Amino acid sequence: MDKHRSERIMPERTPIPEQDPLVRRRNFEEVSLGYNPEQAVREAQRCLQCKKPLCIDGCPVHVPIPKFIALIKEGNFQQALSEIKRVNLLPGVCGRVCPQERQCEGRCTLGKRHQPVAIGALERFAADWDMKHGVNGSVKQLSATGKRVAIIGSGPSGLTCAYDLAMLGHSVVIFEALHEPGGVLVYGIPEFRLPKSIVQQEIDTLREMGVEIITNAVVGKLITMEEILREFDACFIGTGAGFPRFMGIEGEELCGVYSANEFLTRANLMRAYNFPEYDTPIKVGDRVAVVGGGNVAMDAVRTALRLGAEEAMIIYRRSMSELPARVEEVRHAREEGVRFELCTNPVRIIGEDGWVAGIECVRMNLCGIDETGRKRPEPIPGSEFVIEVDIVIMAIGTGANPVLTENTEELRLNSRGYIIADEETGRTSIEGVFAGGDIVTGSATVISAMGTGRKAAKAIHEYLQSKKRRPSISAPA
Amino acid sequence: MAKIIEKRLIRLPDVFYFKVQAPRLSARARPGQFVVIRLHEKGERIPLSLADINPEEGTISLIVMAVGKTTYEMSLLKEGDEILDLCGPLGKPTEIEKVGRVVLVGGGFGVAPLYPIGREFKAAGNEVITILGARSADLVIYEREMNLVSDRVIITTNDGSRGVKGLVTDALQGLLSSEAAELVMAVGPGVMMKAVAETTRAYGVKTVVSLNPLMIDGTGMCGGCRVLVGGKTKFACIDGPEFDGHQVNWDSLLCRQRMYVHEERLAFEEWKKRHAHMFVQED
Repeated sequence: MDKHRSERIMPERTPIPEQDPLVRRRNFEEVSLGYNPEQAVREAQRCLQCKKPLCIDGCPVHVPIPKFIALIKEGNFQQALSEIKRVNLLPGVCGRVCPQERQCEGRCTLGKRHQPVAIGALERFAADWDMKHGVNGSVKQLSATGKRVAIIGSGPSGLTCAYDLAMLGHSVVIFEALHEPGGVLVYGIPEFRLPKSIVQQEIDTLREMGVEIITNAVVGKLITMEEILREFDACFIGTGAGFPRFMGIEGEELCGVYSANEFLTRANLMRAYNFPEYDTPIKVGDRVAVVGGGNVAMDAVRTALRLGAEEAMIIYRRSMSELPARVEEVRHAREEGVRFELCTNPVRIIGEDGWVAGIECVRMNLCGIDETGRKRPEPIPGSEFVIEVDIVIMAIGTGANPVLTENTEELRLNSRGYIIADEETGRTSIEGVFAGGDIVTGSATVISAMGTGRKAAKAIHEYLQSKKRRPSISAPA
Repeated sequence: MAKIIEKRLIRLPDVFYFKVQAPRLSARARPGQFVVIRLHEKGERIPLSLADINPEEGTISLIVMAVGKTTYEMSLLKEGDEILDLCGPLGKPTEIEKVGRVVLVGGGFGVAPLYPIGREFKAAGNEVITILGARSADLVIYEREMNLVSDRVIITTNDGSRGVKGLVTDALQGLLSSEAAELVMAVGPGVMMKAVAETTRAYGVKTVVSLNPLMIDGTGMCGGCRVLVGGKTKFACIDGPEFDGHQVNWDSLLCRQRMYVHEERLAFEEWKKRHAHMFVQED
């Protein structure tokens, strides 16, 4: 880097305006307010426009990052969004929920010496600016091929797969089990991190492209895979890993114990924060403990605060540096006053008249390295102590949901119940059936699920072009 | 959207029968399964048992007792109205095979799912004996339907105004002490199913119960319907709703069912205030 160039680099990123922590901890409005045009242009100027941009490699869907940032710098916001939308249907979502520090921003050349370019915030800016001005990017679909593809699940992988296939001119039908499309984007991620209107807008784009979405349709129950393959030329399964795990400790069946999925579904999908205007109730209590350290745990604990908990805490068995949640979520949680009980693991939940009264925990010592490469937590004998709480939320991860897979014998699964699919193409053991997202990889991120949906769409397109005859479930490849 | 094509008041003042158009669902549904419904944009999702399945007509039937806000709102729907969201069939169907003598026990308005279940047991070549319990004679429902699919129907009432005076478990006790049965199946309020399971335990008769915990999605996603069965956590929505009654941890189930009693009452009261004109007599 030459001297002249380094002098004009602004070492620090343009701050992203946020709601005051003391205010936002009690409301469901979005925490991050996003850049205004002036701030966005200023931040875009920090981009070095590297000849070999590493940031693109860091993105699971390979958004042309330097190109869209250059367009923002020129004030050409609409063009910037079109550039993103060529590969990413959900810029408004990704700009908000991607773990950029481990993806694009983590690879940013500028980040080696200074703060990396705020790529996520710029992506979000482009999406929001266009949405505000009603242009919503431009998409050009190829002419209709007459081929029909079924997508099972309307979460990030299914939506992305549907988008790519619709762009290529295929006729796409999405089957969604819940009453509202979006998967984890609507039942899991809270309004204050990802407003439902953003998701709605992106789903509307799909509908405008001619994609049909059928809700309340549980494949494996209402419709079998056999029927899907009879009616469609190919199929993509993106049903997610929505099966909540519990610790298997005493007291998990008490009233006042939730899975994070249930707690967040009540609050987000069912709008329990508006009870009794909305019918679905939710229990908050004064003191809430959330067990786990991922993004879902942060979402749950911050939701509990907003629902009125006096104190909300994270109980996590490793230390702060191992927390798997996005850096920004952890920072936001701390600013909002979330308590962190680290190197701590629950051993039982204490009940009183059938309700949660406390959670007994043990302190953990971090020693050695486990098979995942992280420090292994070991309980410290005699360090047991009780925290008084009225609500416990288990956010320790999810597994594979068996509803579709157990009713589709021909589909090969691994020992943990996930679908075995080719990493590059999403091809499964049934001809014409592809899979991606968390039902293949296990719990991951929105963007990695989108990446698998994209790869599968490409493979499905190639499959449809090479294929004359419709596949049949009775004659697997 | 699913259209209501028939609605009847089957028990005064608050138990209603609905026949709903759902061609694909009725073609797939089996006895013992359930659906989840949502009535409007602000509505909650509630599970309802299948009271009948008619694939030829393309319909399913539901029985609803107006006890809270959602069920009350549903009771106000008319023929021709639509249910906003109808999702199913959910859960595992009843395991039906020829076992010999099957005793079906139903209490309150919970007897509804026993009709399609009994029909299949009968068709499979079983002798079907049904015990229907209610507080008094006027509260007995589905007697005619159960007569169609049973070799014998025994009615019990708490006050003795019809049939055997006492509880379903009294009749069941009497039956099991004189006749052998291969299977007992109970559907109804949790306390009744618990009592049935306790009664049959002494006779070593296999006892299947259809559990009705709180539920949101009904597809294994939320875990709200979890029950302890044989010491293991099971999800009623995908592992059930039917379980071995002798293995169910009833105390935990009954407690969890009441988790939102306060909120449910509040929601109903608020709603009644907004619909005061309908409750003139009660005020």
